[in-house]
Amino acid sequence: MRFERKDLLGLENLTADEINLILETAVSMKELFTRSVKKVPTLRGKTVVILFYEPSTRTRVSFELAAKRLSADTVNISSSSSSVAKGESIIDTVKTIEALGADFIVIRHPSSGAPHLISNRISSSIINAGDGMHEHPTQALLDLFSIKEKKGRIAGLKVGIVGDISHSRVARSNIWGLKKLGAEVFLIGPPTLIPRDAETLGVKVYYRLEKIIKKLDVINILRIQRERQKDQLLPSMEEYNSIFGVSLSRLEKARNDLVIMHPGPMNRGIEVTSPVADSKNAIINEQVKNGVAVRMAVLYLLAGGKNENIA
Amino acid sequence: MERIMTKNEMVRVLKRLTAEIMEDTSGGKNICLIGIRSMGVHLAEMLKNEIRKSEKKAPPVGILDVSLYRDDFSRRLPRRIKETVIDFDIEGKDVVLVDDVIWTGRTIRAALDELIDFGRPNRVWLCVLIDRGGRELPVQPDFIGKKIEAEKNQWIEVKIEKGKAEVFLTTEGRK
Repeated sequence: MRFERKDLLGLENLTADEINLILETAVSMKELFTRSVKKVPTLRGKTVVILFYEPSTRTRVSFELAAKRLSADTVNISSSSSSVAKGESIIDTVKTIEALGADFIVIRHPSSGAPHLISNRISSSIINAGDGMHEHPTQALLDLFSIKEKKGRIAGLKVGIVGDISHSRVARSNIWGLKKLGAEVFLIGPPTLIPRDAETLGVKVYYRLEKIIKKLDVINILRIQRERQKDQLLPSMEEYNSIFGVSLSRLEKARNDLVIMHPGPMNRGIEVTSPVADSKNAIINEQVKNGVAVRMAVLYLLAGGKNENIA
Repeated sequence: MERIMTKNEMVRVLKRLTAEIMEDTSGGKNICLIGIRSMGVHLAEMLKNEIRKSEKKAPPVGILDVSLYRDDFSRRLPRRIKETVIDFDIEGKDVVLVDDVIWTGRTIRAALDELIDFGRPNRVWLCVLIDRGGRELPVQPDFIGKKIEAEKNQWIEVKIEKGKAEVFLTTEGRK
């Protein structure tokens, strides 16, 4: 199995084999974390530009650490402090970055499809770090990695995704990844926040967590994105919490070994209560750690040359 | 495809290599074995068993995957990488690196770089089953099972699996 792609734009177009190769490679990357020297020379001399048009802490830091542990040079650009603020188009910005010698451009953009728009215009590898309401492939990959690490497999597991599915790129990438690897996916949330045609993706939709909780092996709690709630799709945060907030009492009927996940940042007291977020079933901090390993794997696999016949 | 080493020959070679290693490391008092993935790992295990037979005591064995340290990384598609497992301290140890075939010496260069990131060994020895010549770096093994002169388009395949242990010389290139 070889990885022959230039870019990582989403999970929708990856095969199950490609996803598994990334997850297996990430296992070896995670092994590096236990060494006293945590850095390897693999990407020495390569440049990774991290171009974010939206605020972010964990994803940006995670990519930066991943690149640095592989010995790549990193440059951070945020839209507010760059020529983007002067009105430069995204294509001109990335062409400039390419001309400056970037081997990778890690991009986050509020518009769905932005990474795809630039990917065939430049030769640098593009990694989608979240585009609008479309995909966030590395988050889904680290979620898959974390589930596999905890449960030993993905196939056959029942995974619930709770919250604002409509606006969530994390949910979309997760659904594609989980389905490709053979999991059963359940979407749970208020009807206003679940796309009407969601079931065409091969998932089951529930409007009450209570109706499905006892069957789930994994629950992935999405952040209620307050910045995307201007259309009055929720009466109030309190009401969302009272019906969908994941609390200990709501988990009473859940399996003892239910795995609790959250992509962060958490709104404690809204989509999840503190006792749940801090319980022994929660792997939220492990997800963060795994994010670095998975992003290292992605950089490694995209960086390889194309010539097979060298001993 | 030509067979250049049978199982019996390999067993004899490993016994001799064990004797040589024991002689040069004062009975292997301070040694550890580190096999380079993938075939070096099997050979390191076989050497360990031989050492246990002769010295009544087995050295610790580690596994090195050098993929992340290779210098030809950007010239070829990435290989499937596996974990490096060294669950003992190599600081001050006499490390015996074990690999199946030495050719250009580039794998060993990568292995030395990776090894140093785990600590400062007292000394590093190199043990290979086959030395096929063709070095591109000034790296020479200390313990050699068998020397052969192979052409550039030839490939040496060491097969160790389920009781089988043989070495072949092929001109079909790598599988």
